[in-house]
Amino acid sequence: MQQKYNNTKATLALAKASFRSITRSPSAVVFTLAFPLIFILVFGFLGSGGTKIDVAVDPKSDMQNPVIAALQKIPMIRLATNDTEQNINSSLQKGNYDAVINIQKNPSGLPAYFTNVTYTSASLDKGNILKSVLNELTYRLNMVNQVPAVTEIRASTVTGREYRTIDFILPGQLGFSLLSTGVFGTAFVFFSLRQNLVIKRFFATPVKRSSIVFGEGIARIGFALLGALFIILIGHFLFKFTLINGAVTVINMLIMALLGLIVFMGFGFVVSGLAKNESTIPPISNIITLPQFLLSGTFFSINAFPNWLQPISKALPLTYLNDAMRKIAFEGAGLWDVKHQILIMLIWGVVIYAVAVKTFKWE
Amino acid sequence: MKNNRAIISVKNLVKNYDAFEAVKGISFEVYEHEIFGLLGPNGAGKTTTLEIIETLREKTSGEILVDDLDVDKDASAIKRIIGVQLQAAGYYPNLNLTELLELFGGLYNVNINPAEMLAKVNLQDKAKAKYKELSGGQKQRFSIATTLINSPKVIFLDEPTTGLDPQARRNLWDLIIEIRNNGTTVVITTHYMDEAEQLCDRVAFVESGEIIALDTPDHLIDNLVASGFERKKEVKKANLEDVFINLTGRAWRDN
Repeated sequence: MQQKYNNTKATLALAKASFRSITRSPSAVVFTLAFPLIFILVFGFLGSGGTKIDVAVDPKSDMQNPVIAALQKIPMIRLATNDTEQNINSSLQKGNYDAVINIQKNPSGLPAYFTNVTYTSASLDKGNILKSVLNELTYRLNMVNQVPAVTEIRASTVTGREYRTIDFILPGQLGFSLLSTGVFGTAFVFFSLRQNLVIKRFFATPVKRSSIVFGEGIARIGFALLGALFIILIGHFLFKFTLINGAVTVINMLIMALLGLIVFMGFGFVVSGLAKNESTIPPISNIITLPQFLLSGTFFSINAFPNWLQPISKALPLTYLNDAMRKIAFEGAGLWDVKHQILIMLIWGVVIYAVAVKTFKWE
Repeated sequence: MKNNRAIISVKNLVKNYDAFEAVKGISFEVYEHEIFGLLGPNGAGKTTTLEIIETLREKTSGEILVDDLDVDKDASAIKRIIGVQLQAAGYYPNLNLTELLELFGGLYNVNINPAEMLAKVNLQDKAKAKYKELSGGQKQRFSIATTLINSPKVIFLDEPTTGLDPQARRNLWDLIIEIRNNGTTVVITTHYMDEAEQLCDRVAFVESGEIIALDTPDHLIDNLVASGFERKKEVKKANLEDVFINLTGRAWRDN
């Protein structure tokens, strides 16, 4: 009557149960999907704008002139044509306007118009951009009907791949989502299963300890990878996130996500072992996740950090996951091209699982 | 008990926690198809003894056979033929009863029909409920359902009626007797002597890690009476619990 006991069957039953449980757990859904999506939405809309220069037109200006018409055709410049003089002056001081422009017809003949520009020290850099825009514009307007005497510049620009904000933000958010899911999710689930004697009840069945760990792992990895896929697809179709080699890029990103997740789950196992009670899990987990959130190039490139901080950034596993993800998505790197990043993550994995084996508690 | 075949035999079981001797060399046998009670105050070593037989805890020394399988060598084979209800076990979070039973089916490698299992413990209406939403009696009945998944030869119930109201308690007794009548041996711990007297075929009294008496409830009572013991108050034909049940009805209360 006794057939051979099948560990795979038990592992899959656990994976199924755990997956169901995760999808019904609000915190898992929030950490894996909602947080990264909110950041991506915010930065997706912020990033699509590029530089804008706000220029007010003095109400005393002559409006029927070619300069205004030309400025209106430049997408970078936002012209405000019906603001009051008082409002313009105060906005200029606050830097809400980058400059005011006043155009007057020349009553005494040529040049036909005088263009008076007032810049503000509150926004010098944009003032400088406007200055060169106006110089170029003036030159072009003045050249109408004239043949250049010395030389004419014929500039052209190579069309490059456009690097949007989303191309930087999405891999960072994805990495952070994997980090939170791996650390918080794993720590909470094993702690609570142990605390509530769920694991003890499992031990009264023929299931192996390894099946419990694998079953949980499969469910968490499955859920997180589905989340990652969802984030990538939303980014790609709504915000034009660059996937240079299409499906191959997505698969490479998911393989990196898997590797990252396994490393981060190791931290989760350690936390679940160290935590004395449920309320110590968030602080311990935050000690692991927050520095990586801030220093691993989630929001800004680590090149922007002061020199003394960079070695710390360069020691964190999330830095390498983010870096590899960006290279794969935007530059079309294959897995072999990011072997350096993979190697460092593997070293982290070996170290953290060695610690996890020491600290993990079943009862 | 026509054939007194021992399905569990415990010989000289010792369990030490550091310097503390929780179990001091106890021996007893549980016969096939009986309801066997381990009685005794808190901390007497009942749960420890049970958990060692259930292969959940290491023993210090002694010999234990469950259906001729040795706990030292055949722990996983033993786990397949026993059902275990722990005193305070929890269940996997966020799952309903049907899903929990499917999970246990997987853990035991058996195909079960969750609805049938729930019907056995009269919880068919709660198939979609979560464990934490159940009342105390329902929780215990569900725990017992999880012990029956692998059609075990022996089930272990650790204080299953603690904290239940009289109706729920009697309802659980009926369930336990039914399980025994279907051919499963039951080992139970309890603090309630009326429960042991009604339910158990034989009981062992455990005190400070030793068995101080082991017999059928009838014999133990007769022996005490024969030694000249008398109750201070004359026993009436009914007690207050009978009055309670008579007034409030025997029907199961779910709320």
